[in-house]
Amino acid sequence: MKNKAFRNGVKRVFLRLVLFFALIITGSGALVYKLINPSFLSFDEEEPVTIAVEASNLEAVENGIHLATGFKADKGLQTVIRSCTPCHSAKLVTQNRANKEGWIGIIRWMQETQNLWDLGSDETVIVNYLAKNYAPEKKGRRENLKDIAWYELDN
Amino acid sequence: MKRRKFVRHIFLGSAASFIGADIVFSSSMPENYRPVIEQDLDPYKLFNKDKGMVVLNNKPWNIEARAHLLDDRITPNKYMFIRNNGIIPRDLDANTWTLTIDGESVNTPKTYSLKELKTTFKNYTYQLTLECGGNGRNEFNPPAKGNQWTVGAVSCAEWTGVRLKDVLNDVGIKNDAVYIGYHGVDTHLSGDPNKEPISRGVPMHKALLEETLIAFKMNGEDIPLAHGYPLRLVAGGWPASASGKWINRISVRDQVHDGTKMKAPAYRVPCNPVAPGEKVKAEDMCIIESMPVKSLITYPKSGAMIDENQTLKIRGHAWAGELDVKNVQYSIDFGATWTDCLLEEPVNRLAWQHFNANIKFPKKGYYEIWSRAMDRNGISQPMLIPGWNPKGYLNNACHRIAVKVK
Repeated sequence: MKNKAFRNGVKRVFLRLVLFFALIITGSGALVYKLINPSFLSFDEEEPVTIAVEASNLEAVENGIHLATGFKADKGLQTVIRSCTPCHSAKLVTQNRANKEGWIGIIRWMQETQNLWDLGSDETVIVNYLAKNYAPEKKGRRENLKDIAWYELDN
Repeated sequence: MKRRKFVRHIFLGSAASFIGADIVFSSSMPENYRPVIEQDLDPYKLFNKDKGMVVLNNKPWNIEARAHLLDDRITPNKYMFIRNNGIIPRDLDANTWTLTIDGESVNTPKTYSLKELKTTFKNYTYQLTLECGGNGRNEFNPPAKGNQWTVGAVSCAEWTGVRLKDVLNDVGIKNDAVYIGYHGVDTHLSGDPNKEPISRGVPMHKALLEETLIAFKMNGEDIPLAHGYPLRLVAGGWPASASGKWINRISVRDQVHDGTKMKAPAYRVPCNPVAPGEKVKAEDMCIIESMPVKSLITYPKSGAMIDENQTLKIRGHAWAGELDVKNVQYSIDFGATWTDCLLEEPVNRLAWQHFNANIKFPKKGYYEIWSRAMDRNGISQPMLIPGWNPKGYLNNACHRIAVKVK
């Protein structure tokens, strides 16, 4: 009897493990396919689920940077990922700088010419996130040379 | 269009789990492409680019060189910047590729196969400078939106093709022709099949120049996929966006072409100068034509430390859009004094010109070497960032590198 109960226990654990790995493999498969073919399921604006799944699997943050996208980790990050990255890379956002008015202008331009949808209440969240984390820097008419990698030159 | 597809197996790089998934890839992927996920996403392998190139954006792909990578007289593919407005097309078959010339100002539309183009018309080879209109955008203040190019969105490769004017003459153009507009097969980022990511062009006087090519070769080989395989326009000296990639149609228009990215603010600057940050109405923005004079110090790489009394050899390239470069000077004292560099004539019109100089430094310390080119009309590069414009185009401020004398 004890043996049978033990066997059943093992069976249950085994089944759960199988189910668990099946889920992981299916999930990874979808992710891999998404990586290979970024258009996979991304065109459908009604279905942010895919993107949410991807994001939740890649939540790691290091030194304040969300590793999967390069975005700064701050309030509104998930909304920004969901709204901005279906069409273009996060890099297009993070290399730009603007104040609130500037970011709103960019959003309007995307809505007028690039098929960006009405962001509804998300817009405020997104604009606040962007204007705080990607604000303009004062550069003057010409900056000092930065990040010079010094090396010995024999010529 | 005939589509050849390869079915490849994708392996998940984990010891415990193994899944085989059939993924359909295009035949136009580079041959050394390997079915390992990390490599699929590695632009350096995907596009055969040098590891020193800088990825600004991976959707769409935008990659730039750094000044010292552009040292070659003719830019090889591995150091050529990539600028895309949309998604790079796949499944391209040169054997079935055609080019249609249509539009209001052709007598009758005509379609050529790629083979017909190559054999019907005389082939020409030119070295042509292509620079992104937004090269140098990162220095504008207040910042301008878009890819933040530094100095590396320029190249001068050797392009082979047929003259656009020969093809247009063969088709027959009406007297009311004003502009040509290209159409390519790249797709819009949003996935909307009714949207073209970019469809620009040039006025007839540029279209009819001898150096304006419909090109099928770059540096003696098939054009790499990212640069427009199998057929592209090359209109040297103008914003590179005028040189459409993957083209299958050129429309001869009886008006200024009105394709995507022809309208303000794209590739336009204020017709009259404006204050930094000023709002500019669409109707006050003018299309960029010839690019301004510019130079780049490609040797040594910025950051060189040399011994006192050592002579430093510098070299680089200079170009001036539709014009040629009259002289190039360098300064080691922030413009207080300037010395002439040795400047070569261009190999052909619209090719960049090479310069070099030997520099001696008066004493130890930190220096910057600034280069300044002047075009045939006597117009020089500014030392400061030139006129601010909403989209951050045409920054042709002097290039500079840092040097330390020990």
